[in-house]
Amino acid sequence: MIVEIGHFALILAFAVAVFQACVPVWGALRHDGVLVRLAPRAALLQFALVALAFASLTQAYLTSDFSVANVFQNSHTLKPFIYKWSGVWGNHEGSMLLWVLILALFGAAVALFSRRLPDDMLGVTLAVQSMIAAAFMAFLIFTSNPFLRLANPPFEGRDLNPVLQDPGLAVHPPLLYLGYVGFSIVFSFAAAALILGRVDAAFARMVRPWTLVAWIALTLGIAMGSYWAYYELGWGGFWFWDPVENASLMPWLTGTALLHSAIVMEKREALKIWTILLAVITFSLSLLGTFLVRSGVLTSVHAFAVDPERGLFILFILIVFIGGSFTLFALRANAMRAGSLFSPVSREGALVFNNLFLSVAALAVFVGTLYPLLLEALTGAKISVGAPFFDLTAVPLMIPLFLAIPVGQKLAWKRGDLAGAMSRLWWVLALAVVGAAVVSFAVSGGPVMALAGIGLGFFLIFGAFDDLLDRASRGGWGRFMPRLLAIPRANVAMVLAHAGAGLMVLGISATAFEKEKIISVKAGETFQLAHHSLTLNGLTTQTGPNYNALVARFTLRDGAGAPIAELNPAKRVYVGRQMPTSEVARYREGFSEVYLAIGETSGGERVDLRAYYKPYVLLIWLGPVLMAFGGLLSLSDRRLRVGAPRRARVAVQGSPAE
Amino acid sequence: MRTILAALALLICLGPAFAVKPEEQLADPALEARARAISGGIRCLVCQNQSIDDSDASLARDLRLLVRERLKAGDSDQAVQDFLVARYGEFVLLKPTLSARNLVLWGLPLAALLAGGFAAFRLFGRRRAEESETPAAAPLSAEEQAELERLLHQDPPKPAGS
Repeated sequence: MIVEIGHFALILAFAVAVFQACVPVWGALRHDGVLVRLAPRAALLQFALVALAFASLTQAYLTSDFSVANVFQNSHTLKPFIYKWSGVWGNHEGSMLLWVLILALFGAAVALFSRRLPDDMLGVTLAVQSMIAAAFMAFLIFTSNPFLRLANPPFEGRDLNPVLQDPGLAVHPPLLYLGYVGFSIVFSFAAAALILGRVDAAFARMVRPWTLVAWIALTLGIAMGSYWAYYELGWGGFWFWDPVENASLMPWLTGTALLHSAIVMEKREALKIWTILLAVITFSLSLLGTFLVRSGVLTSVHAFAVDPERGLFILFILIVFIGGSFTLFALRANAMRAGSLFSPVSREGALVFNNLFLSVAALAVFVGTLYPLLLEALTGAKISVGAPFFDLTAVPLMIPLFLAIPVGQKLAWKRGDLAGAMSRLWWVLALAVVGAAVVSFAVSGGPVMALAGIGLGFFLIFGAFDDLLDRASRGGWGRFMPRLLAIPRANVAMVLAHAGAGLMVLGISATAFEKEKIISVKAGETFQLAHHSLTLNGLTTQTGPNYNALVARFTLRDGAGAPIAELNPAKRVYVGRQMPTSEVARYREGFSEVYLAIGETSGGERVDLRAYYKPYVLLIWLGPVLMAFGGLLSLSDRRLRVGAPRRARVAVQGSPAE
Repeated sequence: MRTILAALALLICLGPAFAVKPEEQLADPALEARARAISGGIRCLVCQNQSIDDSDASLARDLRLLVRERLKAGDSDQAVQDFLVARYGEFVLLKPTLSARNLVLWGLPLAALLAGGFAAFRLFGRRRAEESETPAAAPLSAEEQAELERLLHQDPPKPAGS
């Protein structure tokens, strides 16, 4: 019964979405305020209905209701509670329902928190958002319905893919979707601004918090996914340039560019056309990602051709929204006036540089991801585009971008002073070189590129914090503390985000210094790993709630031979699907880790082992976390949330002039 | 993330990757390092976008052993790669060749960087020209002045939608 209520709620939500997509636009065209003002209410109702549908599917999972086909295929009674719950979105239908839930969530959030917007702007924005929602609800109802019942309910379910039975599943997809789908609202704002002809600084200010929310979630979602892969897959890689990963990286790159270009638009009324275009492109890339992941086109072009129903549906949605928005853009772009003037050496110029490199990097990822599909579809020729391609295209593009960050931070708006900016940066650069030299000495040499990367990381971090130092010490050291505390949050946020990028660069560069051992170990044997030693004590079996495991028990000792930890990497076989997984064991030492994964065992006392010492590996994910924290801090800056940033800025800038 | 996302997305079951096994490794560390480097660029043909160095599939294992055999026989890195391409086609390379067919793939990012850089350069150039050529706007004519007055005292217009 509850499942039927959910099913019905979803269909009702679809009807509300169609209403919300049409009526406010009609109202705006006819200047009928009553119709326009229906939009926020419809958005709230739509969200309530989708939430009800989602809750009822969740209930079916929690109670293991195997009369629901979706639950039968993806759940099992023995599964721990957290995986019954997160299993809701661990499958195609459920994850699409989550997609729609987040679409509706952003619509409802705008309806609640953007009451300051002009009625017609709010109405049309929510209408566009609802067009997207209606399209995906139709997709759910007609091709991927999670509420279908089975005539003869089985006693036991087929279980969730064991790789997904990890706390990561509870966090990663919701965060990733919050980011990916969050850009929909930015898209809706852009479309509304184009339709109503209101592309101005106020638009940039309006979308800034929403862009930030989506960007923060996407940053955390991608970092979380990378970290999950690191500990789940057993060889400690963190990024594979897989098409599915690329699908989330592309909107992140353009979304980051958007975040920066919107600042120029807000403060200087420049780059308006480009900013709108980025808003449209970013969500288009989210849609493209959804198509790539959901249509099966990645497995092979042929798999898509065999069962094209879902793929074609999303492709159709893709074409309508991307085509529609680009047409709208082309019609309106001429009406947008060029903004204010600025010299190439200026904050605006630096942000243009940022946008150029981020966008081209996104394009490199785009081409690398789609070219093999296109080539196969057109000529039948099969090629592979993997990590080596991206390491030669997208990665080098990041180097000039990162080098430019500390410089750009120091340039003034409109016309900057490069010599002045550089005069302080020589110190930062010198410190970074010293830092890299110290590392080089500590590890007694190493790949030149890795050391250069470490220097770059330090340059970013020192450069970021020098910005705070510079601002706080400008009027003499006597008033250092009060000035430091008076620095606007948005500036501190920028410093933290850029320092986060530096931390990530450090972590990635440090992977060049990792130590790897692939050996076969016998019980009682001891071997060296970096400055540690490891002893295999023996192998034991263990029974979990829904799996059986073979556990290898290791003792980790420091250089002096004193034991510091017991490490128990394991191999699990899940009861439901009889599928083996590898559970790694890790020991954290500062930001570095000892990482063990086992493979085949023989004779009950010999085991194949992959052992790693990964120096500063945790910085790879701490960096993005710091970036996201910077985003949150920026979001909390009142000047950017309320509508009057000008006055506040004057007040803040007034103090250094005393 | 590949396996997780692939599993999430396509519900394909891939086992845990153990890949290179202890007994596969060559005694000579230099040769083994070369084998690992080559393997990292060779696609496991039955997997999704995994290199044979990362993959647990038995075909990947066969290819890893093959790479090591060729290296032991004294082949250069390029010779090993050519051997695999001759056997399995270009599909086996994770880094596509710089051939005419792949011109768009390799050329587009570079072309976009150049075009984007040129566009930005033009943007600054145009602005500098505008700045120097039009020092001040021409004064308003009496007619325009009257229109401005009228507009300033009018009620704000209703939202234009069409």
